[in-house]
Amino acid sequence: MKVEQISVFLENKAGRLAEVTRVLGEAGINIRALSLADTTDFGILRLIVDQYDRAREVLKQKGFTVGKTEVVAVEVPDRPGGLALVLQALAAAGINVEYMYAFVQHSGKNAVIIFRFDNLEDAINLLQKQGIHIYTGEEVYRL
Amino acid sequence: MIRDAFYETMPREDLEALQLRRLQAVGERVYHLVPFYRRRMDELGVKPEHIRTLEDLQLLPFTTKQDIRDNYPYGMFAAPLDQIVRIHASSGTTGKPTPVAYTSRDLDTWSELMARTLAAAGAHRADIIHNAYGYGLFTGGLGFHYGAERLGATVIPVSGGQTRRQIMLLQDFGPTVLTCTPSFALYLAEVGQEMGVDFPHLKLRVGVFGAEPWTDGMRTEIENRLGLDALDIYGLSEIMGPGVSVECIEAKNGLHLFEDHFLPEIVDPATLSPLPPGEIGELVITTLTREAFPLLRYRTRDLTSLNKAPCQCGRTICRMSRLRGRSDDMLIIRGVNVFPSQIESVLMEIPGVAPHYQLIVSREGQLDNLEVQVEVDETTFSDEVKQLQALTQKIQKQIKDYLTVSVKVKLVEPRSIPRSEGKAQRVIDLRQQ
Repeated sequence: MKVEQISVFLENKAGRLAEVTRVLGEAGINIRALSLADTTDFGILRLIVDQYDRAREVLKQKGFTVGKTEVVAVEVPDRPGGLALVLQALAAAGINVEYMYAFVQHSGKNAVIIFRFDNLEDAINLLQKQGIHIYTGEEVYRL
Repeated sequence: MIRDAFYETMPREDLEALQLRRLQAVGERVYHLVPFYRRRMDELGVKPEHIRTLEDLQLLPFTTKQDIRDNYPYGMFAAPLDQIVRIHASSGTTGKPTPVAYTSRDLDTWSELMARTLAAAGAHRADIIHNAYGYGLFTGGLGFHYGAERLGATVIPVSGGQTRRQIMLLQDFGPTVLTCTPSFALYLAEVGQEMGVDFPHLKLRVGVFGAEPWTDGMRTEIENRLGLDALDIYGLSEIMGPGVSVECIEAKNGLHLFEDHFLPEIVDPATLSPLPPGEIGELVITTLTREAFPLLRYRTRDLTSLNKAPCQCGRTICRMSRLRGRSDDMLIIRGVNVFPSQIESVLMEIPGVAPHYQLIVSREGQLDNLEVQVEVDETTFSDEVKQLQALTQKIQKQIKDYLTVSVKVKLVEPRSIPRSEGKAQRVIDLRQQ
């Protein structure tokens, strides 16, 4: 039920993001979803890729600081109010979303949203109880 | 181990009597052989015969690096060139280097003091010494080299640079002693880690690190990563080179200064008045036995304190505290005196903060800004912005608490701070440009 996400520390200077994507591209790694959090001095790039271990290895080799986080990929109905439904369920249970971002592509009629929770297990239990579909890691990497 | 128990454990009374005899001889030597000193002493109305007690040292003139520059290249030499067998020079950050001369007896003394130094670090004949100090005009490489040979150890004269090759030699030749700058020791650890080398399982037992100020926090880091005892050594080319003082392996508590050859004082760098034992000030050294290049009251610019209490190792010669920085490295940030070593101490106390840092000083309008750049590694990195911001705030707060100065902390990517294969450049001061 959990998906492995890679995070990369980036200084705010020209060409760093290009370098990460170039390194991954040359290693034949496909980026499935990404988000970039930025501050004045630095950024944190979060990535879901099709080959987690390999991506981590090549980035580390190139001297990047790489972190690993477990996140949840949730299927959200692609219609008005679809995301609100999921978020309301989480809010009602007092589960805090650290951050979230949308998947690059759709899976059929629905959108895929990546969530980072403080309390991963509680969030997964709740979403499952509500009948909300959660993708497994394997499914996500192959999407 | 104590190599020369006679001099290193002399009763202080006898030591001071010896120092006085030697100081009187130096007074005679420089007055008659170095026109610069004769002029200075005449200006002060001092004659060599006025030196009757060690306190009379106060009558003698100070010497600065500028004085040596003003007498470039050979004006300070107290021996004719046919008696001089070697010339070293210290790097001139501002133009010309400052040359230093040695007679063959000077080289003999230096080798002996470096042998004492290595013995204090626990080295002996059976050791293999990997000497990664630079060979050349810089005194580090050759100073250690001759000391190691005098001790009867095996010396590998690697010099600086070619880090990966050095790591291969560390694995294959099995040296037991490493000698280099502390920043290069850390760089070796870092490159070695990348190459998959398990340092604690190499044969290295002890490291003698110097030529730049470093802290106890850095010592712990080096000891853990390289799996050896890390000892601090002090010296400067104007005085001789490495081997002026060194920590003993028994106590690692202060650097034993070879007082039979060097007469130390601590002065207030602003007023030049002497400070009592234990207080931190600028170290001033008078050479007692140099033939070719004797110096009276040379202002080292290094900040330290002296302790005359005997050490648990048995030595009675005084101990210097680890260097607190240089009086000319001192940054004045909005009126507050800041030494790079103080920032380093703060950083080393924060778990996970890598030992590589750089200070950038700039001026916006009339305000000085100090930016502390710290590398983010896997132990401190987080996928959440707030965690990284908490880290920068923590560093800022601790520096503010300790130094009362507000700094900007910038997290940078690993390896973005230049690594040194010699002395680390910790400060970039943009105000002077």
